[in-house]
Amino acid sequence: MLAKLWIRNAARHPLRTALTLIAVGVAILAFGLLGTLLEAWHAGVSAASAHRLVVRHGISLTFSLPIAYRERIRTVEAVRAITHMTWFGGFFRERKNFFANFAVEASSFFGLYPEYRLSEGERAAFLRDRRGCVIGRGLAERFGWKLGDAVPLQGTIYPGVWTFTVRGIYVGRDRGVDENQFFFHWDILNERLKEKMPLRANRVGIFVIEVRQPEEAAETAIAVDAIFRSSPAETQTETERAFQMGFVSMSAAILAAIRVVSLVIVVILLAVVSNTMIMSVRERLREYAILKTLGFGPGFLSALILGESLTLCAAGGALGTVALYPALEILRGLLGAYFPVVAPAPETLLLGGLACLAVGTFAAAVPVRAVLSTPIVEALGRVG
Amino acid sequence: MSPQPEASSLVELEGVCKSFRRGDEVLPVLEGLSLRVRRGEFFALMGPSGSGKSTLLHLIAGLDRPDAGVIRVGGIEITALSETELTAWRARSVGFVFQFYHLIPVLTALENVELPLLLTGLDRRRRRAHAEVALELVGLSDRRDHTPARLSGGQQQRVAIARALVTDPPLVVADEPTGDLDRVAAGEILDLLERLSARWGKTILLVTHDPRAARRAHTVRVLDKGALIDARETLDPECR
Repeated sequence: MLAKLWIRNAARHPLRTALTLIAVGVAILAFGLLGTLLEAWHAGVSAASAHRLVVRHGISLTFSLPIAYRERIRTVEAVRAITHMTWFGGFFRERKNFFANFAVEASSFFGLYPEYRLSEGERAAFLRDRRGCVIGRGLAERFGWKLGDAVPLQGTIYPGVWTFTVRGIYVGRDRGVDENQFFFHWDILNERLKEKMPLRANRVGIFVIEVRQPEEAAETAIAVDAIFRSSPAETQTETERAFQMGFVSMSAAILAAIRVVSLVIVVILLAVVSNTMIMSVRERLREYAILKTLGFGPGFLSALILGESLTLCAAGGALGTVALYPALEILRGLLGAYFPVVAPAPETLLLGGLACLAVGTFAAAVPVRAVLSTPIVEALGRVG
Repeated sequence: MSPQPEASSLVELEGVCKSFRRGDEVLPVLEGLSLRVRRGEFFALMGPSGSGKSTLLHLIAGLDRPDAGVIRVGGIEITALSETELTAWRARSVGFVFQFYHLIPVLTALENVELPLLLTGLDRRRRRAHAEVALELVGLSDRRDHTPARLSGGQQQRVAIARALVTDPPLVVADEPTGDLDRVAAGEILDLLERLSARWGKTILLVTHDPRAARRAHTVRVLDKGALIDARETLDPECR
């Protein structure tokens, strides 16, 4: 009976209910989109390995490091493996077809990144073909590329058209892995640079080290940086997580703004649902007085109002969550190149649910108080 | 616990006072009123508007509290009960019938009648069975699935009476139950109230403006300026 009353009371004014549901749905949709965006921003940090360290130029990431550093870094005791990556910054045909593309050391790269799953055959084919490349599944789906396709990249940092053959398509080990990247042989880049821009040759963007144990990371970072102290290209070594956080912190103001807007959305949601509940309960004050007259106590009346408020929030929240998925498809189309993962994390959905629960509870507080504090006789409107 | 009332009395009021505050002004409505209503009695209370009829009814039904005096119903001094005790007492001891029916509009006739039984601990099947019997008593079994909006005023009032009866309370209070009904429907409701008293032994406390309604009662009292007077002599002979 109680559940029946929640639903029937919530639906008593169809237009008001519909408008409230739309408002709650849109708010939860916006909350979910912003939460997913924040998640996407932090996806690189979440996916970072505790075993990996990144060695970059001490001044800025825009400066490169000599390839010769590789052998000297390898001498540090805790270093189990080393590879390197260089940001290429190319695009496919048009600038809007942007995605992350790197020149990597083909022989060692996939050994340090087991989260990029590549079949043995494709790995061997990539190693054999110096003009080959490995792309993520997301990228292959986005452009319809398949094994054997020739893909021309227009260079920006390194001018000219660079054509590669797809030799492998990797799949992420879990949902947090970026499947929109493009890797090719650094040797090809370096050979072209030796010919056209010798001063930029034999240099790499970053070195990536794998340490034996995560506990050795701090000590190893100090040891690596000590090797190159007072050299023309001093290094800064940090954990991969800290390295990724560096990118995130560049957008700290934007992220803070997104968080504030999320909070504002919850406050607006509270105002909308509270307004609906206050109006509904005020109109029915006499009905609640009748229930009191019949012997229903504060517990039942509170449950009746709270249940109605939560029903509204749950229905609106469900509406918003259902709408979130097609909305994210659109967002993925727009931002997929910049964010590796654009999918709602369970935490985001849970937070949305908790926001609905909190709003539903708080929105019921004022009407419950009004109902419980109004004397029966006054609510019945018959005195004298 | 206060002393037991007379064996035949269900309702007993002693020196009841009640006043209302309007701004700085205090308006006395009942001043030292005493009253006894016997078990199974059909008792009508009349009086001009603002005389305090409804106030008196609310006090007896435990909806409001007097400023002074004692009210006993069925041997229980309800003026001494806490708010929680009073709420529980109302649920088991009093049935209510109002002028404007006050049914819950989103519930069907059967669900409205079933509502007070939620407080009894009966399971759903037994609640339904009791509610169906009550609806049958008021002759509305065929309207059980109709919401109040689909019932006439008279039918809604019969549902309200079924709701008042379903927990089998000893006292039924009716505040202008025919005030919003046409003559035929009003007659049906009064027949029903009369039957409740005569056949089921319910004590009916009726507040009304209508001398025709009062005529059905065993006892009629007029509340005037805070005092009760016997009204048989004052009723229009045509109505007697």
